[in-house]
Amino acid sequence: MAYVFFGYFAAMITITSILVVVLRNPVYSTLSLLVMFFHVAGLYITLHAEFLAAVQIIVYAGAIVVLYLFVVMLLNVNRDDRYHSQSRIAVFVSIPLAIEFLVLLSGGMGAARRDPAAMAVDAQTSDNTLTIGKALYSTYLFSFEVASLILLAAMIGAILLAKPHIGKHEDKDMPQAPGAQ
Amino acid sequence: MTELGLRLAISLTQIGAIMGIVIVTVLLLTLAERKVLGWMQDRMGPMEVGPYGILQPFADAIKLFFKEDIIPAGANKLLFTMAPIICLIPAFIGFAVIPWGPNWTFEIGGITVKPFVISDINIGILYILAFASLGAYGIIIGGWASNSKYSLLGGLRSAAQIISYELNVGLSIIGVVILAGSLSLVTITDAQQGWFWNWYLFAFPAPQIFAFGVYVISAVAETNRVPFDLPEAESELVAGFFTEYSGLRFAFFFLAEYANMVLVSCVAAALFLGGWNAPYPGTILELLGLPSLAWIENTMWFAVKTYSFLFLFFWLRATLPRLRYDQLMRFGWKVLLPIALANIVVTSIAVFVTQ
Repeated sequence: MAYVFFGYFAAMITITSILVVVLRNPVYSTLSLLVMFFHVAGLYITLHAEFLAAVQIIVYAGAIVVLYLFVVMLLNVNRDDRYHSQSRIAVFVSIPLAIEFLVLLSGGMGAARRDPAAMAVDAQTSDNTLTIGKALYSTYLFSFEVASLILLAAMIGAILLAKPHIGKHEDKDMPQAPGAQ
Repeated sequence: MTELGLRLAISLTQIGAIMGIVIVTVLLLTLAERKVLGWMQDRMGPMEVGPYGILQPFADAIKLFFKEDIIPAGANKLLFTMAPIICLIPAFIGFAVIPWGPNWTFEIGGITVKPFVISDINIGILYILAFASLGAYGIIIGGWASNSKYSLLGGLRSAAQIISYELNVGLSIIGVVILAGSLSLVTITDAQQGWFWNWYLFAFPAPQIFAFGVYVISAVAETNRVPFDLPEAESELVAGFFTEYSGLRFAFFFLAEYANMVLVSCVAAALFLGGWNAPYPGTILELLGLPSLAWIENTMWFAVKTYSFLFLFFWLRATLPRLRYDQLMRFGWKVLLPIALANIVVTSIAVFVTQ
């Protein structure tokens, strides 16, 4: 049963990932990216990582792809053929990827033989939200904080780039009623 | 294999029952909204169909079924047909984790059945949030595929609005999650048993009153209702993202909007107002010696809470004018978000100190 689900999700992920690159209409590409994220979440569920699956859908499918769609629709890149002929760059990117694939195929065999069913799921780890929370705030506290600091820096940087006149004469942009703050 | 079949049959029965309840509720809501709005504006509301106008929803449904189904020229046919369905599925799928009644279990042929919840998964709230966020796709795709400027603008507005306010919904829920220590709606409702001051709205270490306020406002905004109905603002955008839709497809969008309203009301009742728990410990029917019928009282309390929340939607619609778009965004990010974040900090400290 588990293999059926894995096969379905893996096949759909492969097909939709290819469609993201192959389709000519950017809106269709974005939508197949959405389907791909959805099936990745399904893959997490077959691995009993429900929390990760929910976060995957909320963050990627719920927020990020919406923004992609937003940009694609606003910019109307529909008939822009500039980005459809990038075969030379594609070759450059695909060579290291192909090497990596070969390495994984040859060296990863030992790791692939581990049976997922053999990994015991005890009562302690069955609530994986709790487990993830405990691990993040104890074992990996430092890396967790560093990651959040990096994200904060990126966020402030993005705001600075988007609003170069920040703090100068911000209030003049929009007439406001007194006390509207 | 019989076990699997039995499980499937039980689940399908539950799904059918809950779908039926939701659709009946939506039918009631369409009538109730027009009646309530009418009374608040000193009118009678619909009076023509049936006695006192109570058959109006059926008349509406029949009208929508028999309308001509128009696909505008230049529209993307595939996405135009898919959009209403994409909108409808997330609205209905969230009901799978809502507990409608007491957390009973009984066995049928060796299978444990929980009659009042389809699926008690341990990430219940996240599941609802995940699918609520997917509802935006139906609106955006519908707006884009219509090949109309009004629709596109409505769809884009809705995308921005849903992303902004979804964040506030998620953050306002976290306080409750901290208090309950679980993401499962069944566990959260069970933890609010007893008197009504055990509800998380008033619960001891950190009452979630501010979180409830943020949740209510964000829920209204997420369902695109007045005063946050900018995606379908008729004075600016004709009808927003469903300008070009007619007949059954329009009915699907309509159904999705109302199902979403019911869903956010159910979540509010389950998280903040004690769910199916009565405001007093136990149930009256149990005291009268009918413990096997206690579930009727519990589900009725859940219905009362949900319906009073739905009434709030109509009340707001009759009372408030629409916000301007920049006011909407500023309110979401500069007012609601800090309140929700502060609530999380205060709740965490209170829980840490009292434990």
